[in-house]
Amino acid sequence: MRRTVQAVALHGVLAFGAALTLLPLLWMLAASLMPAGEASAVPPRLVPSAVTLEHYRALFARLHLTRSLLNSAGLATAVTAVSLFLNSMAGYAFAKLRFAGRDRLFRLLLGALVIPAQVAMLPLFLMLRALGVIDTYWGVIVPGMASVFGIFLVRQYALAIPDSVLDAARVDGAGEFRIYRSLVLFLCAPVLVTLAVFTFMGTWNDFMWPLIVLADDRLYTLPVALANLAGEHVQDTELMMAGAVLTVLPVMLLFVFLQRYYVAGVMSGGVKE
Amino acid sequence: MGRGRINPAWGFVGPALLAIGAFFFVPVAASLLLSFTDFDVYAVARPDRLRFVALGNYARLLGEPRFWTALGNTAYFVVVGGPLSVGVSLGAALLLEAKLARWKGFFRTVFFLPVVTTLVAVAVVWRYLYHPRHGLLNLLLGLAGIHPIDWLGDPRWAMPAIILLAVWKNFGFNMVIFIAGLQSIPERLYEAARLDGASAWQQFRRVTLPMLAPTFLFVAVVTMIGYFQLFAEPYVMTQGGPANSTLSVVLLMYEEGFRWWNMGYGAAVAFVLFAIILSLTLAERGLRRLQPGAR
Repeated sequence: MRRTVQAVALHGVLAFGAALTLLPLLWMLAASLMPAGEASAVPPRLVPSAVTLEHYRALFARLHLTRSLLNSAGLATAVTAVSLFLNSMAGYAFAKLRFAGRDRLFRLLLGALVIPAQVAMLPLFLMLRALGVIDTYWGVIVPGMASVFGIFLVRQYALAIPDSVLDAARVDGAGEFRIYRSLVLFLCAPVLVTLAVFTFMGTWNDFMWPLIVLADDRLYTLPVALANLAGEHVQDTELMMAGAVLTVLPVMLLFVFLQRYYVAGVMSGGVKE
Repeated sequence: MGRGRINPAWGFVGPALLAIGAFFFVPVAASLLLSFTDFDVYAVARPDRLRFVALGNYARLLGEPRFWTALGNTAYFVVVGGPLSVGVSLGAALLLEAKLARWKGFFRTVFFLPVVTTLVAVAVVWRYLYHPRHGLLNLLLGLAGIHPIDWLGDPRWAMPAIILLAVWKNFGFNMVIFIAGLQSIPERLYEAARLDGASAWQQFRRVTLPMLAPTFLFVAVVTMIGYFQLFAEPYVMTQGGPANSTLSVVLLMYEEGFRWWNMGYGAAVAFVLFAIILSLTLAERGLRRLQPGAR
C-alpha cells in the first residue's frame, strides 16, 4: 500500500517535471502554427484556433531563411568532416604511436582546456582579417578544424585497441596511413559517431563566433539570422516561433535518433575523473 | 625510427596541432600582448599607431563602474544559477534512479531535450513566455494568485528570468552525469547499510552523498565555469538591460572589442575572465586532494 502511494507520488512529480520541461517547446510549436496575432492574445492561448503554415512560408519566401538553413547545414557538415579527420588522426597517434614528447604534449593540450574560447577571439579576428577570411565561410570553419576535446575523446577510445592487431597489419606490410584508414577508423567507429554528433550540434548551435565573423546576411547561420530577426520582428510572435522551430528541429531530430551516442559523449567527458 | 627520417607519427598529430596552435594558442598569447596595448578603432586602420600601455587597460578596468556591474551581474548569475542548476539536476537524477521509477528512458530523453536545443532559439521563445501581458509564465503564476511580473523590463527580475531559462536549458546535462555517478555506487553498500538498520534518509546521507561527492564537485565547478561565460541569453533577450542589470563580462568584452573596437581593453576583460576560471579550476584540484580516498 505504502509502496503504491510512493510510486504514484514519484510518477506524479516526474510527469509534472516533464510537462514543465516540454511546455516552452510545445508552445513554440503551437504558436508557430497560429494565425497572425493569436499568440499575443490575452489571456494566452495554448492551442491554435486554426492551423496555418503561412509563417513558415513567409520565412522561406519573404525572409530568405532557406539560405541560412543551407549555411548552417553546410558549415556544420564541413566543420564536422574536417575536424573528425584531424582529431581522429591525432587521437589515434597520441594513443598508439610513439614519438618524442608525446605525453608532455598531450598534457599541454589538456591544460589548454581551462582557457575559455573568448580569450582567443579578439586576436583571432584580427588574424583572420589579415588573411582575408573574415565575412566568408572559411572564417567560421577555420577555428573549428581541430579540438582538444575531440582528440581526447578519440585517444581514450583508441587506447583499448590491442597493439598486436596493429603490429599484425605492419607485418603484413601495411603503411601507417593505410592502417589508420582501414583498421583504426573501423575499430573507432562508435566514438567517431559520438564525436560527429557532438561537433555537428555544437557548430549548428554556436552563436558568438559566427556573429562576430559574418557581416553579410547572405552568409548568416540560422542562430545569427534568428537573433537578427528577433530585433526587427518583435511584434510578429508567430513568425519568430516558426523561425525558432526551424532552427531547433534539425538538431532535436538528430539527437532523438542518435541519443545513445550523444549521451555516451556527455558521460565520457564527465565521469572519467 | 631511422636516423634522419621523420617519425610518421608527426604526420598524424601535425595537422591537428598546427590548427590548434595557429588558431588557439597563438591568439591566446597574442591576446595577452593585446591587453597591454591601446589597440582601438584607429589602430584597426593603422597598426603603427599602436602604443604599449603596460597595465593601463587593467587599471582603467578596475576604475570603471560598468566593469564592476558586469562582474557583479555575472557573479549573481553564477552564485544563484549554478547551485540551482546543480540542485535540479541532482533532484531529477535521484528521482529517475529511484527503484520504483518506470519509463526512465522516456523521462530522461524529455529532461535532456532542452540541452540540445539552440540557445538563441529558446532565448527568443522565452522572451515571449516572459511577456508581462500575454506571456505564459505570468498566466501560470496568476493561477497561483501571483501578480504579473515585468520579467525582462524590471531590473530586479531580468537576471532571475535569465537564470530560470538557464536552469531549464542546462539541468539535463548534469542530470546524465549524476545518473552515471549514482549507477557507479556499489549496491552492497546499500545492503550493508540496510542490515545496520539505516532508514532511506540515512542511506542517502551516509552512502549516496559521500559516494557522489567527487561527481558533485566536478559538476559544480564545470557548471560555474560555463556560467561565467554568460553571453547569448542577455544578448538576445535584454541586450544587457534594463539599466545594465544583465550586462555580463563576456557581453562587455564583445561590446568593447567588436562594437567599439577597443580591442586592447576588451582583451583585458577577457583575461580577467580567464583568471577567474583558472582560479576556480585550481580550487577544484585542491579540494579534490582533500577528499578521502583521493589519489
